[in-house]
Amino acid sequence: MENFTPYSSLIGGIILGIASTLLLMAGRIAGISGILSNLIPPQSGDALWRVLFIVGLIAGAVAYPIFGGDMAFLNVNPYQLSDNAHYTLLVIAGLLVGGGTYVGAGCTSGHGICGLGRLSLRSLTAVLIFMAVAVVTVFIMRSVVGG
Amino acid sequence: MFNIISLISGLLFGFGLALSGMVSPGKVIGFLDLTGNWDPSLAFVMGGGVLVTVITFRFILKRPVPLFGREFRLPTKTDLDKYLISGAVLFGLGWGLGGLCPGPALSSLAYGNPKIIVFVGAMVAGIVIAKVLTGTFRKAS
Repeated sequence: MENFTPYSSLIGGIILGIASTLLLMAGRIAGISGILSNLIPPQSGDALWRVLFIVGLIAGAVAYPIFGGDMAFLNVNPYQLSDNAHYTLLVIAGLLVGGGTYVGAGCTSGHGICGLGRLSLRSLTAVLIFMAVAVVTVFIMRSVVGG
Repeated sequence: MFNIISLISGLLFGFGLALSGMVSPGKVIGFLDLTGNWDPSLAFVMGGGVLVTVITFRFILKRPVPLFGREFRLPTKTDLDKYLISGAVLFGLGWGLGGLCPGPALSSLAYGNPKIIVFVGAMVAGIVIAKVLTGTFRKAS
């Protein structure tokens, strides 16, 4: 547990809750997969707020190290794969995450932070399923490739 | 006002994802690696987020219209259908493989890593494929 960061993770999580609260005060659910998928392709009158949210999402991540945040923890390749293998894995993972969150109507933010906040049974079900499947996937990956 | 609120919400969300550690696939895999060198940090992210929304959402949703918008647009489905279940399975599989979910993937574009750009491209392709296969793809209007 040498990488355990309870304080920054808790404060980060509370900020995600505040951001989701703010967007609900504008009438929308802060579900990132939904915000993105409804932009593909953009629909007139419904695109600007989505684009601005995503611009903010990127700018907020840019701001973190500028405000003194430590990015040393960033590890993009946890299974320590070769570049070719890792690119292949990321393409497969990206297709599954994009397709899965569209079909399942939400991801970690929409079902997790917002759906659980609304006490939605659909969201609780989705969260339990994707967490369980992800845990099993990591177990299998660790057994096969190590890292 | 609505659009400015959306921008501010996005800014906070991106900052929160970076601070929490969610933008690091290594951190995500460490959290999901229950039988290995488990790092429980990310439980505090969802815990902290839900702690806020479970309190604030009930007050916000008591209003007939939102403070900064014309109407609430909320999910209307209540049944646990095959789409919800199968979508969550596919997403869990992809999340465990790449260590990236949609929010951290988009916000990590900030750091200019070509691998993240490839992941986001594949994620967009995945959305298009799913829309075409489910017959819900609508042309730009």
